[in-house]
Amino acid sequence: MTREIERVAGIPVVQIATIVPIMLTVGTNRIVPGIAIPHPTGNPALGPEGDKAVRRELLLRSLKAMTTAVRADDF
Amino acid sequence: MGPARLEGYIHRGIRKSFFHEKSGAERAVEMLLAKLKGESFRTEYEMPVFNKIPPAAPVKDLKTATIALVSSGGIVPKGNPDHIRVSSAESFGSYDISELKNMTPENYESIHGGYDREWANVDPDVVLPLDVMRELEAEGVIGKIHPIFYTTTGTGTAVANSEKFGQEIGEELKKAGVDAAILTST
Repeated sequence: MTREIERVAGIPVVQIATIVPIMLTVGTNRIVPGIAIPHPTGNPALGPEGDKAVRRELLLRSLKAMTTAVRADDF
Repeated sequence: MGPARLEGYIHRGIRKSFFHEKSGAERAVEMLLAKLKGESFRTEYEMPVFNKIPPAAPVKDLKTATIALVSSGGIVPKGNPDHIRVSSAESFGSYDISELKNMTPENYESIHGGYDREWANVDPDVVLPLDVMRELEAEGVIGKIHPIFYTTTGTGTAVANSEKFGQEIGEELKKAGVDAAILTST
């Protein structure tokens, strides 16, 4: 789905998810590893502030990914 | 008529079921032994071929960029009004989040059948990170969040359907002039 959105819209799509080998296989170009399968963009075990801090870090990393040029042969 | 490779016609991707004299267990073990010995073997089920595409050009200026949020984590408005399937999705939903600051159990829930929804149903932001995205928007780090958010369930969803959803969502984002997207998966 990620790859087709990117292909059709011509925009970078950053995918945040835990199982990186799957994303690599299906052709996602910008991957940010998530925290865990049931909560990729948070960590409730750290309490509300820790959880939000983790979320912010992942999103900032995603923003960095979408502003970084990636070459097809980079991976 | 026999299979394509024997009869010499073009492979149609059709799998024909029939009773084999050996059980599946025996065939699987034989295949594994051949694989371990480095001998040739033929799969009974071919893996789909995944296309790779050249990466899209990066966003030039985040401060003026519109970013869309998409998820395959099954995050839907409370009550799942469009009856998105809990697995093997046949559809995706598009919902207006322009007035929302935050995903809460009052407005959203997870209906995904492939993971433990305990945490997502206490705070859906751990799958669809709207709360912090709104903060980043308010701080001026990004231009704005696209008012429509796209969602479906990723578990058991056919590759063909995932690609179709991606194409349809891609078309809408292109028409709306969105600059980038963040897609979360579980």
